[in-house]
Amino acid sequence: MTHATVLLRPKTRLTPAQWIRRNLFNSWGNAILTILSVWLTFVLARGIIVWVFTTAEWLVIRTNLRLILLGQYPIAEVWRIWLSAAMLSFLIGSTVGVWGWEKTRPVTRRIWVALASLPLVFVFTQTDSTNRLWLAALSILAVAGWFLGRPATRPLRRIVAIGWFIWPAIFILLLRGLTPEEGWLPLVGTNLWGGLLLTFLLTVVGIVFSFPLGVLLALGRRSELQLVRWFSIGYIELIRGVPLITILFMAQLMLPLFLPTGLTIDRVLRAMVGITLFSAAYLAENVRGGLQAIPRGQFEAAHAMGLNGIQTMGLIVLPQALRLVIPILVGQFIALYKDTALVSIVGLLDIVGIGKTVLAQPEFLGLQREVLAFISLLYWVVSYAMSYVSQRLEIAVGVGER
Amino acid sequence: MNRKTTTLFALMVVIALVLGACGSPTPADSGDTAPIVETVVVTVEVPAAAPAPLPVPPAGYGVTLATVLERGVLICGVNSQVPGFGYIGADGSFSGFDVDYCRALAAAIFGDSTKVEFRAVTAAERFTALQSGEIDVLSRNTTWSTVRDTELGGNFVHTTFYDGQGMMVPTSLGATTLADLEGGTICVQTGTTTELNLADVMAAEGISYTPAVFEDADSTFAAYAEGRCDAVTTDKSGLISRRTVLANPAEHVIMDVTMSKEPLGPMVRHGDDQWFDIAQWTVFALISAEEFGITSANVADAKAAPASPEVSRLLGNEGDLGLKLGLSNDWAYNIIAQVGNYAEVYNRNLGPDTPTYIPRGLNSLYTDGGLLYAPPFR
Amino acid sequence: MATTNPQTAKIPVWRDERILKWIAQIAFTVTIIFFAELIFSNMAEGLSQQGTKLGFSFLQGAAGFDIAETLIEFSRSSTYWQAFLVGLYNTLLVSIVGIIFSTILGVILGVARLSTNLLVRWLSAAYLELMRNLSLLVFLIFWYLGVFLKLPRVKEAIIWPGEIYLSNRGIVFPWGLPTETASTYRTILLVAVLAAAGVGFVLHQRGKRTGKSPLTLLWSFGVFALIALAGWFFLPTAPYMLEFPYVDGLRIAGGKTFTPEFMALASGLTLYTAAFIGEVVRAGIQAVSRGQVEAARAIGLNGFQTLRLVIFPQALQVIVPPLTSQYLNLTKNSSLAIAVGYADLFYVSNTILNQSGRAVEMITLVMLTYLTFSLLTSLFMNWYNQRILLVER
Repeated sequence: MTHATVLLRPKTRLTPAQWIRRNLFNSWGNAILTILSVWLTFVLARGIIVWVFTTAEWLVIRTNLRLILLGQYPIAEVWRIWLSAAMLSFLIGSTVGVWGWEKTRPVTRRIWVALASLPLVFVFTQTDSTNRLWLAALSILAVAGWFLGRPATRPLRRIVAIGWFIWPAIFILLLRGLTPEEGWLPLVGTNLWGGLLLTFLLTVVGIVFSFPLGVLLALGRRSELQLVRWFSIGYIELIRGVPLITILFMAQLMLPLFLPTGLTIDRVLRAMVGITLFSAAYLAENVRGGLQAIPRGQFEAAHAMGLNGIQTMGLIVLPQALRLVIPILVGQFIALYKDTALVSIVGLLDIVGIGKTVLAQPEFLGLQREVLAFISLLYWVVSYAMSYVSQRLEIAVGVGER
Repeated sequence: MNRKTTTLFALMVVIALVLGACGSPTPADSGDTAPIVETVVVTVEVPAAAPAPLPVPPAGYGVTLATVLERGVLICGVNSQVPGFGYIGADGSFSGFDVDYCRALAAAIFGDSTKVEFRAVTAAERFTALQSGEIDVLSRNTTWSTVRDTELGGNFVHTTFYDGQGMMVPTSLGATTLADLEGGTICVQTGTTTELNLADVMAAEGISYTPAVFEDADSTFAAYAEGRCDAVTTDKSGLISRRTVLANPAEHVIMDVTMSKEPLGPMVRHGDDQWFDIAQWTVFALISAEEFGITSANVADAKAAPASPEVSRLLGNEGDLGLKLGLSNDWAYNIIAQVGNYAEVYNRNLGPDTPTYIPRGLNSLYTDGGLLYAPPFR
Repeated sequence: MATTNPQTAKIPVWRDERILKWIAQIAFTVTIIFFAELIFSNMAEGLSQQGTKLGFSFLQGAAGFDIAETLIEFSRSSTYWQAFLVGLYNTLLVSIVGIIFSTILGVILGVARLSTNLLVRWLSAAYLELMRNLSLLVFLIFWYLGVFLKLPRVKEAIIWPGEIYLSNRGIVFPWGLPTETASTYRTILLVAVLAAAGVGFVLHQRGKRTGKSPLTLLWSFGVFALIALAGWFFLPTAPYMLEFPYVDGLRIAGGKTFTPEFMALASGLTLYTAAFIGEVVRAGIQAVSRGQVEAARAIGLNGFQTLRLVIFPQALQVIVPPLTSQYLNLTKNSSLAIAVGYADLFYVSNTILNQSGRAVEMITLVMLTYLTFSLLTSLFMNWYNQRILLVER
């Protein structure tokens, strides 16, 4: 097709009128469609703009911003969240550096630069000097990470990769605290975790723990051991056959009954268990897809080299399979991020749960549209950014293929 | 039981190790699995310390108090959506009548009313949370009923608030009796006794209606505020407190109809009578303090110069009532000093100066024609 | 994975793969059984402390609550089991409605996504990106609270042409009220359907034989319409009388009411799932090779004919598997009805759970029901895949 176009259509510059004719009015049907679309776009855009800038009362968001973002996390301990964010920012910066800045397309580069300077924009909206400092630190650390990562040597890449796997653990430890009371890092009870923070946390924990579990299940499903295989198939199909909300209810209402009397698990932890168990089944299916795509020759070659079953799987097949499914996995993690909203139904105060309590505040009654639009925006931005990264990854993985 | 806990723990460690080992070719490394092991250790420690049984009493006796003391904080299941009873303010703190009961209980146990952690539990999960030991006591405007006292595995401590189910309508509707709601839609919260009472009463009176059932109080009243239904029903206390947070409270009226008895009170697990006693006598201490005229302001003077032998026993000057409960002897003193008596708690949350004003009514002392009556302290 | 060495006999027992595998299997099974036993004994212990026993006999008890939307007879004295059935039917209803409309919208979006018209392409892409990155739960709550409950109240209901009442009590359409001849007419309709099917079959066979396109659908529909119309006028009184809605006291009486809960859930699920179906359809169409389209054009088919006769039949093979899983997702997502207060399977079960305190039983029952949906769907999928494979030869 591309060849045909090149042959048929000599490269000429179109005047705007020609361009419009060719793209929008090349037939009667298309002309009608164009006019309809223009009208629809106009009506929608006008409605939305009028609402956003005149009708909507955004005070409810400004007043409750901290509650929506951080829940009831104690103000004195907010520095821990900033610190985790700073580490993440540094990590992202160094990843961009290590990834191969030279190979990055100019458009992508501009996006990264914009992302790195984003915190600086927010500096001007903040009045609190500590917050300003932290925001500035985010930008600076991102750039510093990028600079340090630029040599892009093998050991550097490895360090960055390890960094990505350590960060979630540090994040959770920081949030939770270590010492019981009055210490250096006092415990912050999970009942105080809320808002966007909790949403992120549930996502991160879901990803981190469902990953090993999912890979194990995928291997189990392809295992030669029949009982293991049956168990894996049963588990995967059972979980995939029911809605997440039933799993969450099970985790909230049934899990406590499964444990010995006296042993209790925190309800946030229970939600995490539910999300992990749910996500693992889907992850297993995705990984299985990757495993199936690995040609038999790879197994045979590995055997010929004298590797045993576990070595073949661990060193040869799994790494290749995982690399193949990275984009799909990112897609799954986006879905996971969006699905964490369901914990609000079992009474956790994630962004949606907090949003509901905000809606009940006497001074802000009836502002459902504002609050829910803002929460939707939070979901949309993060999930769109992640899917964008996933598309880039897809290209990157494709490029790496020999 | 303890053996099982240990084996369970051992198995979890093994699995964590296996996960770590199997994950090694992939980058998912021990770094991720570490927190699992960590959290499990913390949660397991609690029951390990718990079984310190006294010689005679039955299994379970005293376990809860020991656990709470070991933990250093009382965990109390409360509501977060009913102003005046249990509510999260914009600053993120809990307040309300039911919340103050938890503070009183903490004061009785620790001598410090701040040693309490509040868990906002939904209507759906409240009983499971209590059964599973996630919370030590449930203080969430819960109605005392037979099924709940038996099958749901809990014991109601005592009624702290005598309530009845009511019906709120917009003034503009002009409805004064239930019959005026013929053909209307009524908002109600799911999983409550309210939902059942509504069906009972309407069937008995032969009024046809459409229920609009919602998951939590916020959704129910939001739907009512939007005019999704003609009326909303719940406990009268809930209606009064909820009316204050409607856009224009004057436009809504609570009908002069009582659809049921709703004795509300805290609830504890089956099987630990000591804990039941502590929870119950905390209520009695609050009521007696009001009867004797002891307030947080004059409790120190009352202790120094008790007006009667019973006051003397209540405040721990005489006898060892506190020790019999497994607490310190100044338990009631701490409650009154730090939280106040029943009237103080009531007025702080539901009194005339609050937006959620509810007249005392049945919730007055028996001497004033109410139902509050505490057994003697001796 | 590992192939067995032919010289097994010489290998010592502790390195014999076959024996090792058996040991591994046994160890695995023992662990699983041990865990299961642990869980069940804990549960039994906990439940016996509360004085309850597992069992489903409680489902025969009286429910005690009312449900607003039911497809079957239900009152407060009905049993829990009947309440559960009400929920089940409501789930099926909202799923079927959602599936039908999301398919229509999804196909439109998928085709629009590949339109030659730039603006149409952009609009469709914008819609897909908007929806696919939203959280369904948040969208549903927004849709319900922010749109359907913001409709005017009953007294100020918007009246659309054709006597359609829009208020925050629901959308009320004029609806046919069956008269005494309705049952006769239903028989006539059945006859019409059978006749149409017969005509369709005969024409289809002839089309296969002669290779000409006999306009099967058109003829079948014509036959159906003819019989249906004739029946309507032949009967002494019309079988259905159109009943128009009117405001009656506190409610809008007459006609057919679709509650805001149902509307919000059904339309929300439709709008959300359509975005995913659109993407599936786009991928399916793109999987059809360009040459097919050009060949179709070369033999003189127009755009619509190309789409209908060449692209869709081929794209369908690629589309159906992911489409089925989207249908299944929609069905499972309908459990979010709890957020908007629609009495679906999950919501009703949640109410039963709260009123009876039977968490274990109810959650098990709900999970099994959804699992049955999934299994039926995958059975259908397997059957369909095989059928497609046969057609391919």
